[in-house]
Amino acid sequence: MSARTPLTRREFLETSGAASAGLLIGFHLPSGSRFRTAAAAPLAPNAWLRIGADESVLVIVDRSEMGQGVTTALPMLLAEELDADWSKIKIEFAPADKAYANPLLFGMQATGGSRSVRAAYTPLRKAGAAAREMLVAAAAETWGVDKSACHADKGAVIHAPSKRVLTYGKLVAKAATVPLPHDVPLKDPKDWKILGTRVRRLDTPPKVDGSAQFGIDVKAPGMLVAVIARSPVFGGKVKSFDAAKAKAVPGVRHVVQISSGVAVVADGYWPAKKGRDALDVSWDEGPNAQVSSASIAQLFAQRAEQAGAVARHDGDPSGTLASSASKIDAAYDLPFLAHATMEPMNCTAHVRSDGVDIWAPTQFQTGAQGLGAKIGGVTPDKVLVHTTYLGGGFGRRFELDFIQEALETSKAAAAPVKVIWSREDDIRNAQYRPVNHHRLQAGLDPNGRPVVWTHRIVAPSIMARVFPDTIKNGLDEEAVEGGVGMPYTIPNVHVDYLLTDTGIPVGFWRSVNNSYNAFAVESFIDELAHAAKQDPYEYRRDLLGKAPRHLGALNLAASKAGWGTPPPAGRARGIAVYKAFESYVAEVAEVSLASDGAVKVHRVVCAVDCGPVVNPSIVEAQMESAIVFGLTAALYGEIAIEGGRVKQSNFHDYPMVRLAEMPQIEVHIVPSTDAQGGVGEPGTPPIAPAVCNAIFAATGKRVRKLPIGKVV
Amino acid sequence: MPPITFTVNGKSRSVSDSADTPLLWVLRDTLGLTGTKFGCGIAQCGACTVHLDGVATRSCVTPIAAVAGKRVTTIEGLSPNRSHAVQKAWIAEDVPQCGYCQSGQIMAAAALLAKNANPSDAEIDAAMTNICRCGTYQRIRAAIHRAAQRA
Repeated sequence: MSARTPLTRREFLETSGAASAGLLIGFHLPSGSRFRTAAAAPLAPNAWLRIGADESVLVIVDRSEMGQGVTTALPMLLAEELDADWSKIKIEFAPADKAYANPLLFGMQATGGSRSVRAAYTPLRKAGAAAREMLVAAAAETWGVDKSACHADKGAVIHAPSKRVLTYGKLVAKAATVPLPHDVPLKDPKDWKILGTRVRRLDTPPKVDGSAQFGIDVKAPGMLVAVIARSPVFGGKVKSFDAAKAKAVPGVRHVVQISSGVAVVADGYWPAKKGRDALDVSWDEGPNAQVSSASIAQLFAQRAEQAGAVARHDGDPSGTLASSASKIDAAYDLPFLAHATMEPMNCTAHVRSDGVDIWAPTQFQTGAQGLGAKIGGVTPDKVLVHTTYLGGGFGRRFELDFIQEALETSKAAAAPVKVIWSREDDIRNAQYRPVNHHRLQAGLDPNGRPVVWTHRIVAPSIMARVFPDTIKNGLDEEAVEGGVGMPYTIPNVHVDYLLTDTGIPVGFWRSVNNSYNAFAVESFIDELAHAAKQDPYEYRRDLLGKAPRHLGALNLAASKAGWGTPPPAGRARGIAVYKAFESYVAEVAEVSLASDGAVKVHRVVCAVDCGPVVNPSIVEAQMESAIVFGLTAALYGEIAIEGGRVKQSNFHDYPMVRLAEMPQIEVHIVPSTDAQGGVGEPGTPPIAPAVCNAIFAATGKRVRKLPIGKVV
Repeated sequence: MPPITFTVNGKSRSVSDSADTPLLWVLRDTLGLTGTKFGCGIAQCGACTVHLDGVATRSCVTPIAAVAGKRVTTIEGLSPNRSHAVQKAWIAEDVPQCGYCQSGQIMAAAALLAKNANPSDAEIDAAMTNICRCGTYQRIRAAIHRAAQRA
């Protein structure tokens, strides 16, 4: 998601409990009582840092850790300027508080849009620098020397002339009395000791011994577990239900109706699930009971014949197209996709008359707090949001549906309740990556160079559901990003959009709308290269004269992949380049096909330009992760609809890439001091077109519909 | 119903859950051992992998009645202080991202290395069928090779 229009969320922010959008209140100190271990720290100069007399340095991480590495990257920012001893760094997740608003996400406390490091890059370094200055001032005062003769290093202040040293723990009491300095200059990157290095992740140790606490692991005193029966059809409602059979299951305590269905509340997951499976519910299936993948395809085909909301218009596209000697057109289709986080949706809530506790693997603390206040009938400050580790997020945990269920069930059962979704619940009740249909046309000049490009996008809109006031004249600017941003130099361009609702909910899915626009743009430019009888890398390169960062990534990936040299026997290469979340990623896939048409991806060479790098190991891991995520979608991913229901249910029919199918992935980082981009998502969009372009190179068959399945 | 007795991480435990309750939920809800994860409930993903008499087993489809008298090892019992060669290799390679599947991955890898001290890539492919949605597979492979060299 982007923050291009940050002031149009008034209604949303009011209901979600955020008082104002936009400003990061850097040195507001939340009430210490909300922290488990931080309350007594003598030095607490800002919302993110607590230094103890025992030399402990606690960093309060205000973004959700869902694998992308924020519990390491954000402390690195702070520790660098603090000149902390990295081995002393501890982490704790922040409570919901305005101090932790994300200035790049509408001022909400939320994690998404590959924006965590970008938003924290300056504020956290400034916070560390200010704290270091306080410690240095305290040491200078203790020694009766001038501050300028002292410097900080690895958790201590040193007075070099006299070789005296005081560790931070011995200075915190005095430092706490030093006025907070402002505008302390930040280090020159050439002096960095921590930033830019391969610091090991702080969250690895608890993730190898089972001690990391995910939402599903939360245990509150007296807690019950609920499993919920939801309408099999999107938008359906409970008509009536009979709780007798569910209540007959030993261990079932309550059966209560909530807004999403009927909750069976029991002593543990197994009796709750048995109770849910035994429950008799009659559903009013509502208006979507006839929706199917076929009906959606038919609707999209009709819509594609109409003119859409104009997203980009350069020159005279229709006139140029009419007069072009050589015309190419293609249509592409991509399905709904589910996130399938490894940790199924869950939330624990305790709604009491005096306040609400929410323990959740959530990407959206502000939303959770606002919802807790609304359902609990209390003010937001009485709602404590305890963020756990997230067993994957990918945008799914930006939603509040699972939190709402826990709040409503706890209220109805008058007890702390953990709602747990089964995998089937997860696959069948998501907010899916939008299904989408593309029509592209191009005209080439006699040299094969494109002189006109048109791109029509037909898709349901995520923003129309989440932030409806951002839709202007039928245009969702998010839905067309990457289509509008098509980077090739072509004089006549038209991009339009037909917002087309299907009745099936759509939501943020790793890389969001970029995931499909990249496929259309990077497949079609490959088709043009073929029509022009030119090498697809050279063809792109010639058209990227006004897109230097695209070109830099493309050149690096091509050179590292050995583009232009023969691939290993039986394999072919495909290439794609795409900008998302302000980072530029090019990927070269090396592919072979079995005699039955099964596709094997052997190797992926990735080049990324994300600007200044905080931790190269994490950047590489995120590229690997995003590539596998996109590869799973390209090869297998499809949520199909029949009778208003999702046909798939679990990993046997919604398969994932496993280790045996894992390509060798090589990540190369473009050295860059340009504007910083994100890294959680931008690796996903290029992989599907890179693989399909390789399939074309191998077979001459163009894949225009995902998933690829078998190429026959 | 009569209690079911088995050994978990070296200690004898008796539980009175219904006989059809999967071992996974006995470990998590009854015994409070939450390191073993729920991912799919149909033995597809391997997040729930434990050792049953030393063999990697998907606990989400193993009814507790079938565990009577047997020896269960979970991630919590693999080693004290993360000292198992596989855990050390996982730390050295910085394998986990979200981390949710990693208990199961580590238990699967430990069982593989216990019977095959130096597995080939093909043997790793065949044994490591657990799903990782973060796509940490490349580092998992590297960590298994590293653990094999150090074991």
